[in-house]
Amino acid sequence: MMRIGVFVCHCGENIGKTVDCPKIAKEAVKLPNVVYSIDYKYMCSDPGQNMIKQAILEHKLNAVVVASCSPHMHEKTFRKACAAAGLNPYMCEIANIREHCSWVHDNVEEATKKALDLIRMTVERVKFNYPLSEIRVPVTRRALVIGGGIAGIQATLDIAGAGFKVILVEKEPSIGGHMSQLSETFPTLDCSQCILTPRMVEVYQHPNVKLYTYSEVENVEGFIGNFKVTIRKKARSIKESLCTGCGLCVQKCPIKKAPSEFDEGLANRPAIYVPFPQAVPNIPVIDRTVCTYFKTGKCQLCKKVCGRDAIDYDQKDELVTEDVGAIIVATGYKLYKIDKKARDSLVKGYGEYGYGKYKDVIDGLQFERLASASGPTSGEILRPSDKKQPKKVVFIQCVGSRDPSKGFEYCSKICCMYTAKHAMLYKHKVHDGEAYVFYMDIRAGGKGYEEFVRRAIEEDRVKYIRGRVSRIYEKRGKYIVKGEDTLSGVPVEIEADMVVLATAIVAQPEAPKLAQTLGIPYDKYGFYAEVHPKLRPVESSSGGIFLAGACQSPKDIPESVAMASAAASKALVLFGNEMLEREPIVAKVNENTCVGCFYCKKVCAYNAIELKEIRDKKGNLVKVIASVNTGLCQGCGTCNATCPSKSIELIGFNDEQIYYQIKAL
Amino acid sequence: MSAHVKVREREKLTLAEEIEELTGINSLKCYQCGKCSAGCPVRVFMKVPPNKVVRFVQLGLEDEALRSETIWMCAGCLTCSTRCPQNFDLAKFMDALKEIAIKKGVISKDDILKFHKAFLKQVEANGKAFEFGLIRDYKLATFNIFQDLDIAPEMFFKGKIKLFSHRIKDRDKIKKIFDRCKE
Repeated sequence: MMRIGVFVCHCGENIGKTVDCPKIAKEAVKLPNVVYSIDYKYMCSDPGQNMIKQAILEHKLNAVVVASCSPHMHEKTFRKACAAAGLNPYMCEIANIREHCSWVHDNVEEATKKALDLIRMTVERVKFNYPLSEIRVPVTRRALVIGGGIAGIQATLDIAGAGFKVILVEKEPSIGGHMSQLSETFPTLDCSQCILTPRMVEVYQHPNVKLYTYSEVENVEGFIGNFKVTIRKKARSIKESLCTGCGLCVQKCPIKKAPSEFDEGLANRPAIYVPFPQAVPNIPVIDRTVCTYFKTGKCQLCKKVCGRDAIDYDQKDELVTEDVGAIIVATGYKLYKIDKKARDSLVKGYGEYGYGKYKDVIDGLQFERLASASGPTSGEILRPSDKKQPKKVVFIQCVGSRDPSKGFEYCSKICCMYTAKHAMLYKHKVHDGEAYVFYMDIRAGGKGYEEFVRRAIEEDRVKYIRGRVSRIYEKRGKYIVKGEDTLSGVPVEIEADMVVLATAIVAQPEAPKLAQTLGIPYDKYGFYAEVHPKLRPVESSSGGIFLAGACQSPKDIPESVAMASAAASKALVLFGNEMLEREPIVAKVNENTCVGCFYCKKVCAYNAIELKEIRDKKGNLVKVIASVNTGLCQGCGTCNATCPSKSIELIGFNDEQIYYQIKAL
Repeated sequence: MSAHVKVREREKLTLAEEIEELTGINSLKCYQCGKCSAGCPVRVFMKVPPNKVVRFVQLGLEDEALRSETIWMCAGCLTCSTRCPQNFDLAKFMDALKEIAIKKGVISKDDILKFHKAFLKQVEANGKAFEFGLIRDYKLATFNIFQDLDIAPEMFFKGKIKLFSHRIKDRDKIKKIFDRCKE
C-alpha cells in the first residue's frame, strides 16, 4: 500500500504569486494514495526539509512528491532529506511547478489548475517507483593531460604533487607551448622563459610524470574513472634512450633553411633540430619533409657524427595504450592569420591589410620573437624585410576579433594587454621610436592591468588612437596605415616602418577532431564547451574529462594557470575515492526477451551497449544479447525508445511510470 | 490559451526605426570603430565623418543626421560596406537617409540634389552617364554656369567629355527600373 506525501513549495513569490499553493495542497490530499500534503514558503530551506523528514516518520510515508522548482535545482536536496528519514531517495520525485508552470503563466486560476495536473501526474508516476541504489564503479587513479603548454604543465604538476601518476602528452617535440615563445609577460614584465623553464624541468624530473612529447592522442575508450587511451608516438627518428642531447647532429646538418616554427618563420632551423635551447626533453627530431636523407636517400651526416648511434631513420610511429581515470584537455590556441582563406572558409582574411604579403606586417607572436632575448634578433627590434630598426611602429588591435564579417564575433581578450606590452617593449628598446596603437576599446580588467595600460600611455608615451584601420599599403618602403581618430573625428594616416597586428586567438585547427575522439562538445569556433559557464567552468559534459586553458576560450597566463589548477583539483576529487558512485538512472536489458538485434548499439551515443554471450550449463552458446555498461550509460533513453522488442528499460523512467503519468492527465 | 502581447501605438517612427523599415539595417549594430571613415575616399570633403552620422542616428539626433552634408557627399562606392567588421551596409544606410531627407524636405545642399537628379536624368535617357548632358543640366539647374569651366577644355581634349551621347541597347529595361522606382 502506497502512502504518498505531497509537499508544495511557494518558492517565495516565484511560485506563490501565480499558483494558489495552499489550495493545491488541500486538493492534493484528496488524490488516491496521498495521505498527507502541506505547503510551505521555502521547501528547500532547513525547516522545509525537516517538514518532509517529520512527515515521512509520522505518517509512515513510502513515497514523496515535492512540487517545486526544476529537478535540476533541488532534486538532490529533497532526495537527501528523504534518505535522512530512512526513505530510499529514489522514492522521491519532483513535480516542476515553477519553470513548467508559474514562470511561464500569469493567469492564477489556470496556473493553479495546471500545477495540480502536474502533481497528479507525478503522484501516479511515483507509484511505480521502486527503491534503487547508487552504482559503484572503480576508479583508475592516474590522469592524462593533453597539451604541454603552461596550462597542461600546471595541471600535471598539481596532480603529480598530490601523489598520483600523470601522463602528459604533447604533440610538439618539446613542452612549453606558446608561453615559451613569449618575451616578457604583462603586467609585471618578467621574462616568460625565466618563469616557465623551471616548471618544464620539474615536469621532466618528477617521478610521478610520464612524458610523451611529439605524440598525439589517437583514441579514447571507456568512461569516467576508467579510460583506455591510445597514444601515437610519432617517429622522432632518434632513439630517445641513447641521445644525450649534445647537439652535434644539429650543428652538422647541411639543411639550414627550414622555417623555424618556434621563431614563427622569422628564422630558420636545420632538418634535425631542437625547437629551442631550453627544450624539454632536449632531444632533437628529424623533420622528414625537409631532410635530405628522407628525400634522396643520401647524406646521413647526423648519423655519422652521432657518437651514441642514436639516429634511427627507420623508426616508425608507435602506438601505446595507457589506463587513466581522468583526462585534462589543455590543447591551447592558435593565432588567426590574415592570409587569403579558402572559399568555403568561415573566415575571410584581410585583403585591405595585404593578405599577409607585406613582410613587415607581422603578428603578435612574431613580435614576441623579435622582442625576445632568445629570438632571431637577440631581442633587438629589427624589421624582417631589411633588418633595419623601425622608427615608427603601428600596432593594430582586434584583427579578426570582434569582426563577424571577416573573422570572429568574440573578443580575444588578451590582445589589449599584450599590445600595450609590445608598444611598451618597443619604446624601451627604441627610445627615439614612435609607437601607435589603434584600438576600439581597451579591455584591461585584471589585477594591475589598467595601471599597465595607463603606464604605456602616460609614461612610455605610446599614442593610442581610437579607431579601426581601414587599409595598409606599401609606398616606397613605408607602410601607409589609414585610420580615423574617432574621438576627434580626424582622419589619420601614418607612414609606418612596421605594423604589428594583434590577430585573433582561435581554436586549434584539430580541436574538433580531438573533441570527437574524446566525446566532448565544442562551440562553432572550435573551443571546447564547459558544462556550466559559471558554476562548472572546468568540466566538460563528459564525466571525468576536464578543461584547462585557452582550448576553452581565449585566456591569458594567470587565467590558464588558475583553470589548470581547478581542473587538477577536479581530477583529484575523483581520485579521492577508490570507487565512484553515480545515479542509477541507466538502461537495463531484459535478458529473456532481448533478441540481439543491436539496434540499441547503433543508436547509443555513448558506446554503452556491449555484447553479452548467454551460455547454457554445458557452456554452449545460446544467444548473444545486448548489455549496458553502467559506467558509460548516461540514461538518455534512446535505446529504450528504439528497442523493437521492448527489452530495454530505462530505470527511473520505465514505461509504466511514463504511461500512468500521461494517463493521469 | 492566448498570448498577450502589448502593442504600443506610436504616432511617429524614430529616424532609426524609419531606416530599419526601409533597409532592414539596425543602427545599433555599429560599434563606432570608424573603419568606414578611415577608408572613405571622399572623407576629406566631409565636415562630419560617416561614423558620426550613424552615431547621430543612434542618439536620436535626427536633424544633425538628416541635415549633414555627409549623406550627400557619399559616392556610394561601397568601400565602407565591404570593409565594415559588423556587416553594416553604410552605403545603403546613407541612401535611406537621403531618401528620408528628400521626403521631409530637409536638404542641406540643394545643389547636390540637383546634381543627383541631373545624373539620373542622363541614366534614364541613355542607360549610362553622359557627362556633357550631366554638366549642362546641372549648370542650368543651379545657374553655376562658370563653375569649373576652366578645366573643361582639358577634359574635352582628353576625351573625358564627348559632345554626343552614347546609348545602351536595352533602354526599355532601364525604363522599367525607373518605373519601378517611381511606383
